[in-house]
Amino acid sequence: MHIAGPCLAAFVALAAATPVAAQSLQQVPPLAAWVTDLTGTLQSAERAALEDKLQAFEARKGAQIAVLIVPTTQPEAIEQYSIRVVDAWKLGREKPDDGALLLVAMQDRTLRIEVGRGLEGALTDLVANRIIDETITPRFREGDFSGGIDAGVDRMIQVIDGEPLPEPEQHWDGAQGLASLLPILFMVVLVGSAILRALFGRALGSLATGGVAGGLAWWVTQLLGVSIGVGLVGLVLSLALGFGGGGRWSSGPRHGGWTTGGWGGGGFRGSGGGGFSGGGGSFGGGGASGRW
Amino acid sequence: MRLILAGLIAAASVALTGCGYNTIQTQDEAVKAAWSEVVNQYQRRADLIPNLVNTVKGFAAQEQAVLIGVTEARARATSIQVTPETLNDPQALQNFQAAQGELTNALKSLLVVVERYPELKSDQNFRDLQAQLEGTENRIAVARNRYIEAVQTFNGTVRRFPVNLTAMVFGYDVKPNFTVENEAEISRPPTVDFNTAPPAAPAEAPAAAPTN
Repeated sequence: MHIAGPCLAAFVALAAATPVAAQSLQQVPPLAAWVTDLTGTLQSAERAALEDKLQAFEARKGAQIAVLIVPTTQPEAIEQYSIRVVDAWKLGREKPDDGALLLVAMQDRTLRIEVGRGLEGALTDLVANRIIDETITPRFREGDFSGGIDAGVDRMIQVIDGEPLPEPEQHWDGAQGLASLLPILFMVVLVGSAILRALFGRALGSLATGGVAGGLAWWVTQLLGVSIGVGLVGLVLSLALGFGGGGRWSSGPRHGGWTTGGWGGGGFRGSGGGGFSGGGGSFGGGGASGRW
Repeated sequence: MRLILAGLIAAASVALTGCGYNTIQTQDEAVKAAWSEVVNQYQRRADLIPNLVNTVKGFAAQEQAVLIGVTEARARATSIQVTPETLNDPQALQNFQAAQGELTNALKSLLVVVERYPELKSDQNFRDLQAQLEGTENRIAVARNRYIEAVQTFNGTVRRFPVNLTAMVFGYDVKPNFTVENEAEISRPPTVDFNTAPPAAPAEAPAAAPTN
């Protein structure tokens, strides 16, 4: 009993302390888009415009900028929360480490620009600090949050544009990957279409072959146009192969061709939403914080 | 004979891999890399300080004591070098940490003093230096955290059962880690005093925010 008393007290204290410890750190939201607004600060149109801008920038320059708006980072300082977010999100490509995050904590009235290692030369702590001080916080103080974020992102883009970075890899790697995969793809279409045609008949089998080929191409290149092209080629090839077996040509396969495109479209939706991710960029705590 | 030898070598290499020898090597390198980053960032801070001291001098030359304190602390901190090879020595790490901690405190008191000079605070050059210093302090914090994590992983590997035998054979021991410098300071509840103006910058921010 004498021993149980202190022990019990310790357990009660632990139990009381645990929920505090558990709820103490803010969750890092999943990375699903260029702009993540957990507070509803941005109108959907503003958000969409910002996303388009960041998406276009990433496609053009290769560097990845994301915006995150949270209610609060308490009990952590914004710097600590911010580094956890970028460690989880891994913005930017792996080798150039060219990611950046603009983080705003509405209730804390704090914000931070977190800069990936590869961008520290252009977007220095100093430059980040000036962007915050001169561009963002004056607008925030007037309550113009979307304007401040938009203008801040514009300046970040401008600064990063001046930095020589490797070309966006997706197109290059995609095209090269496809070129090296073409022979394999051809074999797959040859063999696969024979099997699928045997299973589903000529029209459906060809359709399935086109779909699979398009899907494979999408998986490799992430390029919609190329995937549809490959899908169509697979379909036509498969149909041509099946011609020897006879059967009537109908308008069905043509419609099917467009369905193949739609198949690729499904892949695009999936990738545009859930598949959006960082590229493995690393961060070393560079950047600047500010208050308004 | 040659066959037996080859067989022995093959068996040994398999055994070593199985006993975590390679893991130890990999994690040892990770610790060294993390340490280099820590040293880099401390060096970066040391490089900023002469410039900072000169700028403050221009506005507050009478604050000799604080300025000299920073300069001397910097000299002491930069004179202690801990190379990855000497990382296994707890005393060396402790000295390094003490010297850098001293510099941190000297810089803090400098920034407190600065609060008394509005002209200095609004000087663009000083504000730029302050932004860089803040950025560097944050990088130091990040680098230290990563170092702590790397050492934790390494120590965990070296101490767990099958691998600890390998570690013992090859002379790998647990590595000393950073400790929280201001343990006493953290455990003391913060004092709130509205009568004295100077201390920290964040205190003034909420009141000043709506107006300017």
